[in-house]
Amino acid sequence: MGAPLMDWAHSLRLIAPEELLSTAGLVLLLAAAWAGDKASRAISIVAVATLVGAMALVAPALCAGATGPDTVAFYGQFRADAFASFAKLLIYGSAAVALIVAPAFFEKFRAMRAEYPVLVLFAAVGTGMMVSASDFLTLYIGLEMNSLASYVLAAFLRADDRSAEAGLKYFVLGALASGILLFGVSLTYGFTGSTSFEGVRLAMAGGLSTGMVFGIVFVLAGIAFKIAAVPFHMWTPDVYEGSPTPVTLFFATAPKVGAMAMLMRVALDAFGAQAAAWQQIVIFAAIASIVIGALGAIGQQNIKRLLAYSSINNVGFILIGLAVATPQGAAAMLTYLAIYVVMTVASFVVVLGLQDADGNQVERFADIAGLSRSRPLLAAAMATVMFSLAGIPPLFGFWGKFVVFQAAVAAGFVPLAAIGIAASVIGAFYYLKVVKVMYFDEPAGKVTGQGDPVHTVLLVATGLVLSPLGYLLTKWLGALSGSAAAALFHVG
Amino acid sequence: MNGFPILSLMLLVPLVGAIACLVSGERLSRQIALAATLIDFVLGVLLWLNFDMGAGHAQWQFVERVPLFAGFSWALGIDGIALMLIVLTVFLMPICIGASWESVEKRLGEYYAAFLFMETLMIGVFAAQDLYLFYIMFEAGLIPMYLIIGIWGGADRIYASYKFFLYTLLGSVLMLIAMLWMAHDAGTTDIPTLMAYNFAPQAQTWLFLAFFASFAVKMPMWPVHTWLPDAHVQAPTAGSVILAGVLLKMGGYGFIRFSLPMFPEASAQFAWLVFALSMIAVVVTSLIALVQHDMKKLIAYSSVAHMAIVTIGLFAFNVQGLEGSMIVMLSHGLVAGALFLCVGIIYDRLHTREIDRYGGLSINMPRYALFFLLFTMASIGLPGTSGFVGEFLSLGGIYQVSSWVALVCTTGIILGAAYMLYLYRRVAFGVQKNADAAAMTDLTFRELAMVVPLALAVLWMGVYPESFLAPMRADIAALDARVARAKPAGDAKVTAGKPIADAHMSEHEGGAH
Repeated sequence: MGAPLMDWAHSLRLIAPEELLSTAGLVLLLAAAWAGDKASRAISIVAVATLVGAMALVAPALCAGATGPDTVAFYGQFRADAFASFAKLLIYGSAAVALIVAPAFFEKFRAMRAEYPVLVLFAAVGTGMMVSASDFLTLYIGLEMNSLASYVLAAFLRADDRSAEAGLKYFVLGALASGILLFGVSLTYGFTGSTSFEGVRLAMAGGLSTGMVFGIVFVLAGIAFKIAAVPFHMWTPDVYEGSPTPVTLFFATAPKVGAMAMLMRVALDAFGAQAAAWQQIVIFAAIASIVIGALGAIGQQNIKRLLAYSSINNVGFILIGLAVATPQGAAAMLTYLAIYVVMTVASFVVVLGLQDADGNQVERFADIAGLSRSRPLLAAAMATVMFSLAGIPPLFGFWGKFVVFQAAVAAGFVPLAAIGIAASVIGAFYYLKVVKVMYFDEPAGKVTGQGDPVHTVLLVATGLVLSPLGYLLTKWLGALSGSAAAALFHVG
Repeated sequence: MNGFPILSLMLLVPLVGAIACLVSGERLSRQIALAATLIDFVLGVLLWLNFDMGAGHAQWQFVERVPLFAGFSWALGIDGIALMLIVLTVFLMPICIGASWESVEKRLGEYYAAFLFMETLMIGVFAAQDLYLFYIMFEAGLIPMYLIIGIWGGADRIYASYKFFLYTLLGSVLMLIAMLWMAHDAGTTDIPTLMAYNFAPQAQTWLFLAFFASFAVKMPMWPVHTWLPDAHVQAPTAGSVILAGVLLKMGGYGFIRFSLPMFPEASAQFAWLVFALSMIAVVVTSLIALVQHDMKKLIAYSSVAHMAIVTIGLFAFNVQGLEGSMIVMLSHGLVAGALFLCVGIIYDRLHTREIDRYGGLSINMPRYALFFLLFTMASIGLPGTSGFVGEFLSLGGIYQVSSWVALVCTTGIILGAAYMLYLYRRVAFGVQKNADAAAMTDLTFRELAMVVPLALAVLWMGVYPESFLAPMRADIAALDARVARAKPAGDAKVTAGKPIADAHMSEHEGGAH
């Protein structure tokens, strides 16, 4: 009698963060409808508070290293383990930053609307569901929830052609990716008889049918769209460039972490029994992303496009951690993701800070020449991020690459590591170019706007993490990502 | 001094100074930088004085070990080899600051901060006892040097800064993969432990090549030396001094600390490659130096030639060769630094490095001509100067291995005399054909304060090298014992007459060449 009720109560407790965020989203949607755009700032503040609350709710599971049957909700549909908590902390945190930096940006266009925080909240819920999904149906629902909110966010500046174009492109290609993913899921279901990750893993442990190989390929291709891995990366530069910068910041962090964590769970849990079947695909995607991301960035004249290629490049490095298919590799991916989120936030906050005297955004390289004279702090922050993204020690970005390559070497993938790291030198070229433009070139005198105190606080905080002081976090980060990865590999 | 973290303090002083420079900006940064480097120099002298060289002393001294990070630790400690290179670093740094005192005019705070960061990282490279800590320090030096060349360099500085950065980065990243493999195989990142660890000979081949890629670029060895002339020519004077004085030594230090003790078999296997590249380097770069019109470029090419003497000495697998290489490194650090300084002194007056724009400087700048002559002679290797000691020992060491290598490399010394004397004649002797060069004033007090210590050090090392050899003797003997098992047979039968040695020789006779 009491058992089902207990189950429900337990399940509802496990999804407390999602409940909090959904309820807050719905209430704020009503508030937005009644109060209108005047209340947008207040709604943003409440939304940020809700996200921080949700972070507080997911943190205990990570600290306790939650794993095993106690973390399963709704009869295997949903998992609230340490792994999901790690990803959700990053997702909610970056969503909160995307809200904090937004009002100042949108108010310049008189486009700060109350729907923005609500959409971000819903996208965050969906992204959180992606990382917690332990069934392909939950996964798809989470993915679509995130995607639908994201399509609207990309086109949020309705009057701006580039923003509308970004929204449309994102929608068409995202729908295509969803279709491919669904096709893969249906093949998987057809050949294994289950949509739950556990069922798929058990069915695949017995052997791999040709049909299932197609299923794996289509599922991975669908997810590769979402993480913008080569050869499914074409939409990224356009969407990053066209979307309003706070939205780009959001796209580059939360959904990226969500899709990557989702990929990890699908590959290592659902398809974990047949790692050899997908490792080659991942190795190809990793190397191709590193090389194409680096080469594509070289000719760019727009900073946001450059950062888009840089994110493709970084995805390649993260995928090296997946290719080795070990707990150490998974932990390395999580560490990399955490550092990557900090770097990405810092880089887009700098982009937001690039304004001319009238407060218009400046995005072209030629316009930030000599930035180190007019805005030394902004230039120093950008240089830190660039060297960090290039993986030059002693900046903390090196650590992400370091742990990934360490995992690859430990698992015997020495040639992969060697090729990957040699290709990283190509990437260093364009990161250096940014530093060169800001420090070596004569000032263009374009960026003269005043700094925003919120930006300064964010830049100082991220700058401290990316500075050599960040290495003091390595033990803590290593322990957390280790327990999160252990939860992912916990069978049963 | 036991237990007092003097090495950490030596790293911290320039770091704090760098931050202070960034904050204080234009006004005080010179003074702060000078104070920080002088404090570090005093600490370096204390380090030397407190270094235990008595019989049976510990190989690693001033050891600090704090497990601060995941997977590696803040592990510092030095032996005699590292001590000497640290002393060289802290000795050159105040001179670098002095060389920039008036010639650098823009963005002073950032300039001196970059130099002080550089000092921290250089000391860190020599003091690191953890593999990954070493790598971080080794690589991190690229950032300040990139900025120094790129912001304060000459006309073609951007190309030079890119080339410097990407060349050295590409060389180093493969070393990281090798380090990851080594740490995984040996289960430790502790450098002293790894120096005694025996890697499988097949693995050594790959590891050696990965490290070689990094150190050969840093050294630099022919044919991957091409970044050096560009970087030197474009860098500001102090940048050239530190580049030639210390950064190039990192490659040699890497060979002596990693390649030789950790991969002795592979070192022996690739010794022919090192010899071949070094022989080409000595002759080719000396010939190139002979036809240069740019003073800095000439000295840069001479650096490549001198570094080739270092590498042949290192791979001679005997004590003379190793000691000679170390002395050449220290001597070249002083002499090349001093020569770049001498170029900088007249560049500050005339703003050109063209040799033809000068002439007859010994007439209007007698004191300058005197010091320039001393450093020229030291570069050639005149007895009584530091250059002689190092080159003599190195060539003596290689002579035991191969007479031919010794012969070719000695040709380089002769060519060295040719290009240096030719340079000196064109700059200091002859008629004063250029009026503006003839009007230049002699050394100021600041410039004297820079060249006099250098000159004294050069003479000290030339007349009494024992002061510099003593701290390293035990470490070099230990290294020689470590690599003895892989020692290639030499063509010089110097030990003929002793029965045991005879047996040893004949055993290897077949594979000698």
